[in-house]
Amino acid sequence: MSDNVSQGSDQQVSTQPNYLLSLWRNKETRSVILQIITIAVFFAFLAYIINNAILNLAALGKTFSFDFLDLPASYDINQRLIEYTSQSTHLRAFFVGLLNTLLVAFFGVITATILGFLLGIIRLSNNWVASRLVYVFIELTRNIPVLLHILLIHGIIVHILPSPKQAHTLADSIFLSNRGLTIPDPVAGDGFIFTVIAFFIAIAGAVYFRSWAKKKREEEGKIYHVFYISVGILFGLPLLVFLLSGLPLTWHVPEMGRFNLKGGITMIPELLALWLALSLYTSAFIAEIVRAGIMAINKGQWEASEAVGLTRDRTLNLVIIPQALRIIIPPLTSQYLNLTKNSSLAIAIGYMDIVATIGGITLMQTGKEMETMIIVLFTYLCISLLISSAMNWYNKRLKLVER
Amino acid sequence: MKKLSIALAACAVTALTLTPQAAKAGTLEDVKARGVLNCIVNTGLPGFSYTDASGRWKGFDADMCRSVAAAVLGDGEKVKYIPATGKTRFTLLNSKEGDVIFRNTTWTFVRDVSVKLNFIHTTYYDGQGFMIRKSKGVKSTKELDGATVCIQTGTTTELNLADYFRANKISYKPVPIESNEEARKNYIADRCDTYTTDASGLAATRASFTKPEDHLILPEIISKEPLGPVVRHGDDQWADIIRWTVFALIAAEEHGVTAANADAMAAKKAPATARLLGGEGDLGKMLGLDKDWAKRAIKAQGNYAEIFERNVGTKTNIGLARGLNAHYTNGGLQYSPPFR
Amino acid sequence: MTSSETQNPTNGSYPPGTHPDLPPPSTAYGPVHWIKVNLFGGVTNTVLTLLFAYMLWKIVPFLTEWMFLDAAFTGESRRDCEATAGGACWAFIGSRLQLFIYGFYPEAQRWRVDLTFVMLILALVPVLYDATPHRGKGLIFACLYPFIGGWLLIGGLGLESVSTDQFGGLMLNVIIGVTGIAFSLPIGIVLALGRQSHLPIVRILCVGFIEFIRGVPLITLLFVAAVMLSYFVPPGTNFDLLVRVLIMVTLFASGYMAEVIRGGLQAIPKGQYEAADGMGLRYWQVMRLVILPQALKISIPGIVNTFIGLYKDTTLVIVIGRLDILGIGNSSLADSKWQGLSTEVYVFVALFFFISCFSISRYSLYLEKKLHTEL
Repeated sequence: MSDNVSQGSDQQVSTQPNYLLSLWRNKETRSVILQIITIAVFFAFLAYIINNAILNLAALGKTFSFDFLDLPASYDINQRLIEYTSQSTHLRAFFVGLLNTLLVAFFGVITATILGFLLGIIRLSNNWVASRLVYVFIELTRNIPVLLHILLIHGIIVHILPSPKQAHTLADSIFLSNRGLTIPDPVAGDGFIFTVIAFFIAIAGAVYFRSWAKKKREEEGKIYHVFYISVGILFGLPLLVFLLSGLPLTWHVPEMGRFNLKGGITMIPELLALWLALSLYTSAFIAEIVRAGIMAINKGQWEASEAVGLTRDRTLNLVIIPQALRIIIPPLTSQYLNLTKNSSLAIAIGYMDIVATIGGITLMQTGKEMETMIIVLFTYLCISLLISSAMNWYNKRLKLVER
Repeated sequence: MKKLSIALAACAVTALTLTPQAAKAGTLEDVKARGVLNCIVNTGLPGFSYTDASGRWKGFDADMCRSVAAAVLGDGEKVKYIPATGKTRFTLLNSKEGDVIFRNTTWTFVRDVSVKLNFIHTTYYDGQGFMIRKSKGVKSTKELDGATVCIQTGTTTELNLADYFRANKISYKPVPIESNEEARKNYIADRCDTYTTDASGLAATRASFTKPEDHLILPEIISKEPLGPVVRHGDDQWADIIRWTVFALIAAEEHGVTAANADAMAAKKAPATARLLGGEGDLGKMLGLDKDWAKRAIKAQGNYAEIFERNVGTKTNIGLARGLNAHYTNGGLQYSPPFR
Repeated sequence: MTSSETQNPTNGSYPPGTHPDLPPPSTAYGPVHWIKVNLFGGVTNTVLTLLFAYMLWKIVPFLTEWMFLDAAFTGESRRDCEATAGGACWAFIGSRLQLFIYGFYPEAQRWRVDLTFVMLILALVPVLYDATPHRGKGLIFACLYPFIGGWLLIGGLGLESVSTDQFGGLMLNVIIGVTGIAFSLPIGIVLALGRQSHLPIVRILCVGFIEFIRGVPLITLLFVAAVMLSYFVPPGTNFDLLVRVLIMVTLFASGYMAEVIRGGLQAIPKGQYEAADGMGLRYWQVMRLVILPQALKISIPGIVNTFIGLYKDTTLVIVIGRLDILGIGNSSLADSKWQGLSTEVYVFVALFFFISCFSISRYSLYLEKKLHTEL
């Protein structure tokens, strides 16, 4: 791209005595000049807006400082993963919000991926009814703004589900009402620690078994049901220890109080709505990505698998999806990013994420627009960079497997 | 495509370098030059500011905007309403989007001193209350332990609530909500056991229910909520105009001046009324307006009592009594300094 | 074959190899076979079919009843609706339709909005459909359109001026979406070229800008437009909020546009660059005459998809207090006559967005197919 610049101009170099002009016509010096100009303009612009901001703040009698973060927030937050009261600082309120954002993004990414893969595969199946219905679902979902999804689902939870006294219940321990989904709270007794230890041992055992089985397969051609045996180790060992140590776990079952269920773990409707809406919306996009990825795999791969006698399901699992993943991962990354960014719409239904805590109530109560917005923007930027680098790492790992 | 992209690039450059409108002069000059008053109001609170089917803004606050526009511009309809949530109102004012806030805004120390706002006068004395279904059998806020509470976020009620429940050692689950309408929907759906906001807002909200009698406003008022108009720091003339327009409406009630009889009263020679209505002296000129400013403000929407009764008074379905907002001669707090 | 048939037409016995072809058994073709293979082939398939059939059976009758059969289309208030029908109350949407479309735009001036919409379609035809007669003139019109449209809507120069605060409803969504895309295209091109530039500083700045824009949610940028942007202009000056929103939306869209166009640029074979260089063209000539026309053409489906995304995102202006079609719906619910009809509003707006976005995405598919056959 660059060479043509110099070629075009070199021909025109005449006997101009002008030194500056000759600098301009030299390819290297010109690029240096251009960059100096660019950076000068950039910094001049930066200086200009910062200067304006200083003048404007001064005119309003405001200062630019992050001191407010140490002041008590004096508002309550309904969902907190860490200790927080209205006496805690704004900084702590920020962390409560950040964790809430990460929580919904994390669960959203998991469910959206599972649902998206399922839908994408059903969309390609021979089953006419299922594939058409999934098509309708995908088109309906992705052509409606995500904000509407959130509002609609929140509306349905709040308006259609019964109040806690008439809550839908499963075995009188799991309750679903318009105050959210409440499940019993596990309480660990003496000796539960052994089960936890057993679980970690089981993980190590499963990992070891996998590599051992792989070696066996390569050396002796012996094939084990790696998946089922791993699952068996993972769950069997802790379960055994759990039973032997005398079931050291009790459940704190929620009970109806005067207004709400008392005890248990409650997933508030806002979290439920946001999580469902983001999962559904994103799963429609993921389904299309998965479909495109699978369709991009050469037809010969299907035919070859059929020729060696693999069933359709096994072909998908063993041949097609591993290859399609390489095509799927990059667009999947941007869907994960979108989901995380869309979680900021929480503010529309009152889920207390970063935007609602530091960028909402804190901003409002302290009047520190500039500082709080900078914090919010910077935080999202960091989250996005983390997600994309994690996915890039995964993508690279997949590429290395390629032979 | 090539031509298109060049033209579009040109468009973009023009849009970005668009010269901003100069606004160095005071707010009064800006408003006069613009010919329209930019009034920040609630996005929708029955009785205070809401739109009817034709999109016309109605309510106590919306009418006050018209009175100011009539005083300043001579036409009560020259108002541009800027609907704002609790969260956006101050930034809209500070970014000069709006000239004045008439949005049930509580006068507090921090807002006045630290957020750099100028509070004008309390047009509505209010306090924070709780509304609850009668079927829940609650008679006092002290019984609300464990309840789910709907609050409007970005308001003082949110802070009062935290303080009050902490002081009384009551636990609760807050549901922060952006607007009154959203809060109403959540309350109706029983998403929250109780809704807390200014008592006036509760009454207005309750009036909109199919069966208002099923809902109880608890007797405790947990805070003082003096609501009134707000302007930016640093423009005293503009603050004076808003302040004295509001006082003119209150004084008009005191002197028995209404929208209907303002012209007739101006012709009479009672000194206080004459000074108010421009029949004597020229108070308007000192404000930077003309001598008929107050008469126009009163004629636009009526005096304080008329505005109150028409929008939220006992004859409306909201049915608020004057209470603290009665004129001081009737035992209330509405009191206008003398016009002289 | 024919001779044997004529020899033994009736007695039913054929010499070996002379029997005429029979149709295959009815279970190997036709609807029964199709159903057997496509719907009930295998356990998973059968379960899927039954599951989906059950969902259909549950959802479709309920929706039809709520939306059409049991819905109220006339009435003056919610109570009227409830008195006549148990389903949706569309009378509410009907009574507010004007508000949904025009927002608070003055009634007497609404013809200007209509005209702007019609002209938008006229301007889009030559851009989107390359067999339009007089396409060249049409494209010039399309370039001038933003200015004509802006003048028509805002007024001035002989038209009564209308404040941007009165813009609302559907018209606001369209204005923000179309402006965002139109202006982000040139910025996106510049950013995409800058990202591939050999000048490291230019590249770093462009990459930094693009990654920043793509790393933060639109809603935070809208907050920036609402609360922060006015701090960055010289004291005493003031931008209209709509202009600030448009600036942020344009910057937001240009970050995504840059990536779409970069994809297009990367798809151009290296030989094109080399051949253009070989002709002695300068950098900008290469770009303008050779690379960009091809790259943009490949990018059109991506651009359309960006537009759909942006158009859907225009509903977010509600968070900064601007009343778009969804915001109008929400604020209309404050009217005590119609309170509590949020589902109707959401379903109406959702249907509206579905219809418009789905048709645009069909167009994008058509383009993709056309490009495939052309390349």
